[in-house]
Amino acid sequence: MNPAQLHCEHLSKRFGDNLVVDDLSFALYPGECLGVIGPNGAGKTTTFRICLGLTAPDSGSVTIFGEDMPTQALSIKSRLGVVSQFDSLDPDFSCAENLLVYGRYFGMKRANINARIPKLLEFASLTHKADAKPGELSGGMKRRLSLARALINDPLLLLLDEPTTGLDPQARHLMWERLQQLLQQGKSILLTTHFMDEAERLCDRLLVLDHGRMIAEGRPRDLIAQHLEPDVVEVYGGDTQALAHGVLRALAQRTEVSGDTVFFYTQTAQALLQALAAYPGVRSLHRPANLEDLFLKLTGRQIREGA
Amino acid sequence: MRLRFWPVFLRNFLVWRKMIIPSLIANIAEPLMWLVAFGYGLGALVGEVQLGAQKVPYIVFLASGSICMSAMNAATFEALYSAFSRMHVQKTWDGIMNAPVRLDDVLLAEMLWAAFKAIFTATAILFVMLALGIANSWKVLLAWPILLGVGITFSCLALIFNALAKGYDFFTYYFTLFLTPMMFLSGVFFPLDNLPEGVRWMATALPLTQAVSLVRPLFMDQWPEHVLVHIGILTAYAVAAWTIALHLTRKRFKQ
Repeated sequence: MNPAQLHCEHLSKRFGDNLVVDDLSFALYPGECLGVIGPNGAGKTTTFRICLGLTAPDSGSVTIFGEDMPTQALSIKSRLGVVSQFDSLDPDFSCAENLLVYGRYFGMKRANINARIPKLLEFASLTHKADAKPGELSGGMKRRLSLARALINDPLLLLLDEPTTGLDPQARHLMWERLQQLLQQGKSILLTTHFMDEAERLCDRLLVLDHGRMIAEGRPRDLIAQHLEPDVVEVYGGDTQALAHGVLRALAQRTEVSGDTVFFYTQTAQALLQALAAYPGVRSLHRPANLEDLFLKLTGRQIREGA
Repeated sequence: MRLRFWPVFLRNFLVWRKMIIPSLIANIAEPLMWLVAFGYGLGALVGEVQLGAQKVPYIVFLASGSICMSAMNAATFEALYSAFSRMHVQKTWDGIMNAPVRLDDVLLAEMLWAAFKAIFTATAILFVMLALGIANSWKVLLAWPILLGVGITFSCLALIFNALAKGYDFFTYYFTLFLTPMMFLSGVFFPLDNLPEGVRWMATALPLTQAVSLVRPLFMDQWPEHVLVHIGILTAYAVAAWTIALHLTRKRFKQ
């Protein structure tokens, strides 16, 4: 296997009494899309900031392209593309000017930047908005401009912190399509996200964080197969406790009650669905187990602080 | 070696170029209005100012002080409100630091940029003063490096408060407790000799007083005294303020 492009070893970070990152180690290999998922406060953004040398870990090390972060931060960042959680586009510049000004931070020559701008605008589907300022763009357009800006130096590795948060479905799908294109070009991506469909669609491998620790790691499908039964039947309405603990209980491997919904996790849903026909007024949904089920199983259903 | 602060400085310059007209009015027209209103209006009442053994027309007295004050104000506004907008509101600094540019480079660029605004403002006012005949000695051109020094010193001082600010309201403290007293206690509007002794002693230690002491004789076609002392004090303020501002800014971003 190729040597890791990004390698975090035994990272720990404490803010006051709060251990935000707890002995976290992981690696990202060339051409791979590695997703970091976890509830609010799981340590995703702190880990992201440590990887960028913006936050100093209390212990542990980050190596990117074989160089140490933060001592070699400038050398590393010249080959890195970063999209942070909040847009930091220049509101006074047009889209094209945003790219030009950003390219200069990499020490690129004006001619080289100008040669890349039309390609990047096209990639971001913003050619028609070249002269528009960020204030005139939609949320999705702004995120794509942020992505285009992060590509100005033709980076090998992209670090994306929640790249589609706050976007509508159309804008999210367009963003995913672009990220897939980048992966096909051979770029590597480290991605944090709240969205399980995004993680499942884009990521080759996932890290599940909770309370700063890695609680699971693997390919999305493998993780689901490893931790969950393949079928889920959600049942709404009726007496949830009676449903969950009555005769139906024997037809599922595992049940879970959340609010007015009972979740039945089962190897085969057939018998359960037939039995449910005897319960009039109860609605049900049969679907395959997904990452969201895995996520909720591993991290629990309680609302996290700040959520 | 690549000068990493330069593209950041250039970024600010490009934004400024887009709004040069309102910027010019704020930075140049306003100080000139002060000068004309007070210099000619109040000057008619005051006539000449006794400065040691000499008498100076009030307009010359005021012009030499107010150009220092204009440099101070231009640097201060830029390094407080504008730098804070870029650092905290627009997150421009965060974006820049994702590229191979360090926080120290960004802060240096902001400091030099505010100093540039100060020297640009002062230069424009200087030309108007020359055109109006308020300044008529070639020696006023030597005020230029001193005014650049004023710009650097006050942008460093303002960046300390920028690093500490939670919001724009915080800057009111700096203006009310520091800048406004400085304006009145540095010999810009009236000679320091008229102040009570305790206040005068304090006033001579202020950074703006050093600049006024250096610039005023040049407007009177004379050479300033104790040049090295004044430059030394101004430099000491700048170096100390820069060191503190850098330390506090690093602390702000380290979490």
